Amino acid sequence: MRDFGYLAAPDVATAVREIRPGAKFLGGGTNLVDLMREGIETPDTVIDISGLPLTGIDELPDGTVRIGALVRNSDLAAHPVLRARFPVLAQAVLMGASGQLRNMATVGGNLLQRTRCPYFYDGTLPCNKREPGSGCAALGGFNRMHAILGASEHCIATHPSDLCVALAALDAVVVVESVRGVRRIPLTGFHRLPGDTPHVETVLEADELITAVEVPPAPVAVNSRYRKVRDRASYAFALVSVAAALRVTGGRVEEVRLALGGVAARPWRATAAERALTGAPATEAEFRRAADEELAAATPRRDNGFKVELAARTITATLLRLATEGSPA
Amino acid sequence: MVEVRLNVNGTAAVVDVEPRVSLLDALRERLELTGTKKGCNQGACGACTVLADGRRIVSCLALAVQYDGREITTIEGVTHPLQRAFARHDGFQCGYCTSGQICSAIGMLAEHKEGTASAVTDHVEESPELSEDEIRERMSGNLCRCGAYNGIVDAIDEVAHGASHGASHGEKEPAA
Repeated sequence: MRDFGYLAAPDVATAVREIRPGAKFLGGGTNLVDLMREGIETPDTVIDISGLPLTGIDELPDGTVRIGALVRNSDLAAHPVLRARFPVLAQAVLMGASGQLRNMATVGGNLLQRTRCPYFYDGTLPCNKREPGSGCAALGGFNRMHAILGASEHCIATHPSDLCVALAALDAVVVVESVRGVRRIPLTGFHRLPGDTPHVETVLEADELITAVEVPPAPVAVNSRYRKVRDRASYAFALVSVAAALRVTGGRVEEVRLALGGVAARPWRATAAERALTGAPATEAEFRRAADEELAAATPRRDNGFKVELAARTITATLLRLATEGSPA
Repeated sequence: MVEVRLNVNGTAAVVDVEPRVSLLDALRERLELTGTKKGCNQGACGACTVLADGRRIVSCLALAVQYDGREITTIEGVTHPLQRAFARHDGFQCGYCTSGQICSAIGMLAEHKEGTASAVTDHVEESPELSEDEIRERMSGNLCRCGAYNGIVDAIDEVAHGASHGASHGEKEPAA
């Protein structure tokens, strides 16, 4: 690992004042330290923000839950209010990584995870994300893990986060701060599709620090679930994942939230499926029809065509379970 | 170089390290506590698991500077029924993953005691019993290349529930 200068930021004001090109914020370290050791990230300065007081989970008067950017994954998943009001959120976190990593990894860092595309990690092969303009080895390579939605001819990597998929379904808002002030970014607009600049992964400006994520009230989320399909039973990235919330009244879908993971460069809010389902009968056939509608835009590659059917079945099964079981315990 | 003050296994320790030095390397190479093992060095295998203020972490992805002022427990500082249970249930073959397994299991048992759910808990609001499925899920961050998982699960199960609990995967019967 290349050596670097180190600054432990005592407060947010110092952190955002000291950030500049070549410097990186360090939270839990579970992704950045690994990428630095691999030589993919090479900051000359690391600004350690892990001591900043951004560790609270607070219910605001309007029912919004504000989650500090430095809340550890395990503390998020263990929080009684989140487990009760937004089970999909706690479940998504518990299905990511391992116990040790969840004790380290932060909410802010989770949003900024880099892809797990093996070609991104392999410095001997072209990757437009790692080295803009060098090409994409995944396009003609082994691309079974790669994107089926929203990809481009420059990059077919997926975003690895589980948490973000649940946050997308919940209309979460990312709060960021810089010397210019505070701004709020909807989670669904936070990550960028690759287009011809796959190395630019979010709309976050280089000098902005994520300070919190806000989850607005969503009574529908009391009946919500996260389902993740992966190659191993535990501790693996998603082939396909589904975050869903559902309220059925009189046999019809009154409200539905649906987002997909493992299929795109960003958590994929399934708006087409949501539109198709709202007001429709809450039946397996309708769930499948809505899933197919969402996935009509899929452009599978050589090895990942199975993800289209897998996503359709996972959406259908998750909604069916929510429809038949109602609210978790 | 940065001066890092740690409390390791109850003893104050000061190390001067470059910011890039991991907690794992600080423990092994500076403090000569080689019980903590370096496996993948990328956060995937769990061999380097230690407890920081009682919580399990992988020390390979932890920069030592980030843990200034913290209490670190390594296998050298552990005396726990899990150790005999691992021996009794053949919870290892080569033993390379064992110190990480035991530190991880200590952290895991504490997390369970606090009422946390896991990925296999049916409803995330529940505080489930520590079933075999729960143990396997909660320990999935610790790989054992020898495949001693059945013994590992039995050892943890015994410590969590007492010797009479559950189906054993192969605790040895005395020879007839």
